[in-house]
Amino acid sequence: MLDLKLYMAQRLSALVMVPLVLGHIAVMIYAIQGGLSTVEILGRTQGSLLWFLFYGSFVIAVSVHAAIGLRVIAHEWGGLRGRVLDWLMWGIGACLFYVGIQAVFAVSLP
Amino acid sequence: MTTTPDTLRVTVQRGTASALRRETFDVPAYENQTVLDVVTWIQQMADPTLSYRFACRVGMCGSCAMMVNGVPRWTCRTHVKKVAADGELDIAPLRNLPVIKDLAADMDPFFDKWVAAEARHHPSAGRADGFDPVTPQEPARAEADLGIECINCGICYAACDTVAGNPDYLGPAALQRAWTLLNDSRDADRDGILTAVSGKGGCHNCHSMGSCAQYCPNELNPMRAIAGLKRETVRAAWGRKRDA
Repeated sequence: MLDLKLYMAQRLSALVMVPLVLGHIAVMIYAIQGGLSTVEILGRTQGSLLWFLFYGSFVIAVSVHAAIGLRVIAHEWGGLRGRVLDWLMWGIGACLFYVGIQAVFAVSLP
Repeated sequence: MTTTPDTLRVTVQRGTASALRRETFDVPAYENQTVLDVVTWIQQMADPTLSYRFACRVGMCGSCAMMVNGVPRWTCRTHVKKVAADGELDIAPLRNLPVIKDLAADMDPFFDKWVAAEARHHPSAGRADGFDPVTPQEPARAEADLGIECINCGICYAACDTVAGNPDYLGPAALQRAWTLLNDSRDADRDGILTAVSGKGGCHNCHSMGSCAQYCPNELNPMRAIAGLKRETVRAAWGRKRDA
């Protein structure tokens, strides 16, 4: 149940995620090496526009990518179609975005 | 060295879609025997009401494809000794298609999708015009040549798990033909083909699982063709001109 637009949205979001995933993993490994505490980590991320943009774009890409992927599974394995399928996709995307952006605000707002 | 058993135990799916059943027949086994020979023996010697479909018997017409031990095969060129499991065969109509009766599947959805994919010739020249030369070395022609030996047997369609999960999906055969036409200098409706394969059931639904290429009896690779369609549709959407 993918047309060209959804296909391209999923591929482009994957393209965005590749460097972000690598960056995220690298940061995680780096952050635990020297025993950085939560306070120290938040001290670096809060108020940082760079980290806000990094994880903000990550959340958008994940929301788009996962919602379209789950749409395909819901159609092929669950038999959903039509408007129900569209609503499910938008619902999943909105939920992921809401949860993710909350986390981004928590670590990057001053 | 194993000896050939005297008889094969053959289970055949019978009936129409509303009342399917399985019947078992004991069929004489021979050293050289195709699955189509077995089906024909059952109809001629055991049960003349058995319905099945075949024509050429030499792998050209594409009409005798069936599920043999769960795998789609062209029965006229499938040797029993290569596919029988302990002297047993399970024969059913092609998967992913409605059953008409017994082993005859309704091919209408399969061919309707060829039309829906614009997998038909769109003339670029009139009667008075000269022929467009076909140059085998030209890259687009070489790409088209990879897919033109399709015999419309429906095996790739039956093998495709995406078709099984998504009945709207146009399927490997129709998309491969659309791809060959897209690469054919004699076809005039490039935009029409790209639009037709970009809809809800279009090429972008393919998960590249490769069952089509795995089971194609002519060893074609529809998955490659579909990847080509994905590439060309994206390229067209970005507004880039084709340089091939």
